[in-house]
Amino acid sequence: MPLDAHIPSGPIEQKWQKQKFDLKLVNPANKRKYRVIVVGTGLAGGAAAASLGELGYEVLNFCFQDTPRRAHSIAAQGGINAAKSYQNDGDSVQRLFYDTIKGGDFRAREANVYRLAEVSANIIDQCVAQGVPFAREYGGALANRSFGGALVSRTFYARGQTGQQLLLGAYQALQRQVAAGTVKQFVRTEMMELIVVDGRARGIVVRDLVTGKISSYVADAVVLATGGYGNVFYLSTNAKGSNATAIWRAHRKGAFFANPCYTQIHPTCIPKSGEYQSKLTLMSESLRNDGRVWVPKAAGDKRPPNEIPESDRDYYLERIYPTYGNLAPRDISSRQAKNVCDQGRGVGPGGLGVYLDFRDAFKRLGRKVMDERYGNLFEMYERITGEDPHDVPMRIYPAVHYTMGGLWVDYNLMSNLPGLFVGGEANFSDHGANRLGASALMQGLADGYFVLPYTVGDYLARGGFAKMDTSHPAVKDAEREVNERTKRLMSIGGKKSADQLHRELGEIMWNDCGMARTKESLTHALSVIPELRERFYKELRVTGSGAELNQQLEQAGRVADFFELAELLCYDALQRNESCGGHFRVEYQTSDGEAQRNDDEYAYVAAWEFKGVGTTPVLNKEPLVFENIHLAQRSYK
Amino acid sequence: MRITLDIWRQKNPRDPGRFERFEVPNVNEHMSFLEMLDVLNQQLVSEGKEPVAFDSDCREGICGMCGFLINGEAHGPLRNATVCQTHMRHFKDGDVLRLEPWRASAFPVLRDLIVDRSALDRIIAAGGYTSTRAGSAAEANQILIPKPSADKAMEAAACIGCGACVASCPNAAAALFTGAKIAHLGHLPQGQPERMGRAIAMTSQAHAEGFGHCTTIGECEAVCPAGIKLEVISRMNKDFIKATLGGYANEVQTLAALPPSAAMRFFEAEPPKKEP
Repeated sequence: MPLDAHIPSGPIEQKWQKQKFDLKLVNPANKRKYRVIVVGTGLAGGAAAASLGELGYEVLNFCFQDTPRRAHSIAAQGGINAAKSYQNDGDSVQRLFYDTIKGGDFRAREANVYRLAEVSANIIDQCVAQGVPFAREYGGALANRSFGGALVSRTFYARGQTGQQLLLGAYQALQRQVAAGTVKQFVRTEMMELIVVDGRARGIVVRDLVTGKISSYVADAVVLATGGYGNVFYLSTNAKGSNATAIWRAHRKGAFFANPCYTQIHPTCIPKSGEYQSKLTLMSESLRNDGRVWVPKAAGDKRPPNEIPESDRDYYLERIYPTYGNLAPRDISSRQAKNVCDQGRGVGPGGLGVYLDFRDAFKRLGRKVMDERYGNLFEMYERITGEDPHDVPMRIYPAVHYTMGGLWVDYNLMSNLPGLFVGGEANFSDHGANRLGASALMQGLADGYFVLPYTVGDYLARGGFAKMDTSHPAVKDAEREVNERTKRLMSIGGKKSADQLHRELGEIMWNDCGMARTKESLTHALSVIPELRERFYKELRVTGSGAELNQQLEQAGRVADFFELAELLCYDALQRNESCGGHFRVEYQTSDGEAQRNDDEYAYVAAWEFKGVGTTPVLNKEPLVFENIHLAQRSYK
Repeated sequence: MRITLDIWRQKNPRDPGRFERFEVPNVNEHMSFLEMLDVLNQQLVSEGKEPVAFDSDCREGICGMCGFLINGEAHGPLRNATVCQTHMRHFKDGDVLRLEPWRASAFPVLRDLIVDRSALDRIIAAGGYTSTRAGSAAEANQILIPKPSADKAMEAAACIGCGACVASCPNAAAALFTGAKIAHLGHLPQGQPERMGRAIAMTSQAHAEGFGHCTTIGECEAVCPAGIKLEVISRMNKDFIKATLGGYANEVQTLAALPPSAAMRFFEAEPPKKEP
């Protein structure tokens, strides 16, 4: 099926301006007559719901947590990029655009990325007006710091809690709309199914997580901003509750899933400590500004780090990438960490770790300055490991952090299902095969504040859909499917919790489809995942009933969907016979071990179509056309 | 090590509730407290028993979703940390720990250790924001903000909304939570236009929710995982008095709606059975 991204014509600098003029407008007096469902309350969902409410639409906003402010955007630490060029260091919209395309290993859509760079400056303005307490210089101007994959300083931050502060800004804007009556908020309410009528997204089926009641809401458009699917690996830096159910259900109803294999493994996470581990904790990439990454030169060197002299240390990132050094992009840094550990030079329990050392920065800047920059991160590390990074280097290891893939969307962020919009990490649109640090917050807020409010309005203004309510047969069918699924999960009567089986799935995914993938490992995964899925439906036990607050049931539903998504991820990784960004196929590497792209055959978006569980999905391709950027092998040396 | 837990069990908001004792052998000191509960729950599921319900999400101390009392202390014995960040190395073999949900009439218990904190959303909805439409903002560096003010604002804005302050306060006051938002916005030029109205609206909402008054005992500051200082309450009181004497009460806007409570959904779905 041909995929049309509906990219406006004209020079790239004028596309968004042109599009904004071409988009149809809804009469202000009619806006309240349109109802928009927004699922998710993170940066993309919260900002979209608040902004659509401000415009006057009737917005229904859903989250599974107890309040919108818990969405996992809150955990982003480092910062948000914007092409403000306050540092006079050569930044521009053009450069942010270029860095993002290059950082994504030339697998993102030019027009979307250019728009992202273009609206980035407005985001900072908006957040400052909301009272986001960004870091400031003594003169009172906004401060910046550097982040991986860029040679300019364009990252705005609020201590190590930037995501928290941006999310609270969006949350407060959202609460203001709730009080104004434009947004109706549904907390502890989980989307279970998408309702599709005449090929259009028209509503959702939800489960009230307090009472267990299944009910439906219909609308004129549905926005999914439900985050990424990194928890398919079980252990990741995502929140325990982060899940793919909303986008997976939409995929099953016809929405294409794009580039599922593009998963980001973040280089600086605290290593796993035992089998009981429930999640991994990220240490902000901003630490690489002042920390130096190293391992002992000799394999098996078991001396305590402070007793290893300079001459016996290998600062491998500085050695291999003299230009970018410790600020090499995430995918590259992660892979090199794996390489040195594979050589037996890893540190800590199991040899799965590398040092991130602040000794030199403490000498250069002093403890006070360093604590101002990273104090909360140092505390966080000490609380988890019991070791103080003021005295000994941190131990870090890569972990699954972000998923660049997601539901396919066009330039307007609408999926191939009319009326279904997708924002933030849930869509695939802006990061290509690898996301640069501090760009997730930028994309979430760009989508929510400055793109969706325009494009959703255009869809509504074009009209052409019939009025409907929850008595429609499609609603009843969707509810029946949800009830049957719940019944099936409740009635298995095995002995294992969903968590246990999820852990087994995660191990397969990490070993066979993690930092290094091969044809053999992926074929293996594709043979064992269906077996494990079958076991899931035999060995699962969900206690209690469906008609009450039941966390086991919530988890079982999410894990069931991860089992299906896991398979798609491996299909995608297997078909992409090249290495690019976060997708590293061992068979395709340059002589010095870098990712070897194949632009002639693979410069496309892989958009998958669901054909049934256990049935091979169908691949649709959207060719990527590069008119403004010259394709080149990424070099950070 | 071996840990004994006395955990509050309550099936729903109407159930009177009771403590139940559990033994967790083989606890590893590197586990987080919640991972220890995961292990217990896995055991309970395999035995076909009801696992213990507790809230958590990010498990790195920032989302504010987790929280309960361990031996009467909100988030347990570790200072400046949530319960998800508290590792078992802070306990010892043979410890008997009593786990209870936050206790406050404004926080109805939904199940076991889970409470309904939507009252805190309603306090924010009453005025914890600046009225700035998307797209209406001026260039960010147009208003310079002295670094000390920005730092003070950030300190107050660090509140994670977990409710530990309420749970520890003998009056079940939400003063630290409310004061933190009032101080955050009050330290910034962007927060000035609505500062007076905000102080009245937010404190009135807190009162209407059934939170108590602050009598400056300071338990809230002691347990706050985000390190929010008592001085935010002084700022709130100062703003409130100034606003009241300044006659700003009339300027407070009436709210069209408020975020609904999750506990209400339970009571609506299951009205009390009539006596026969």
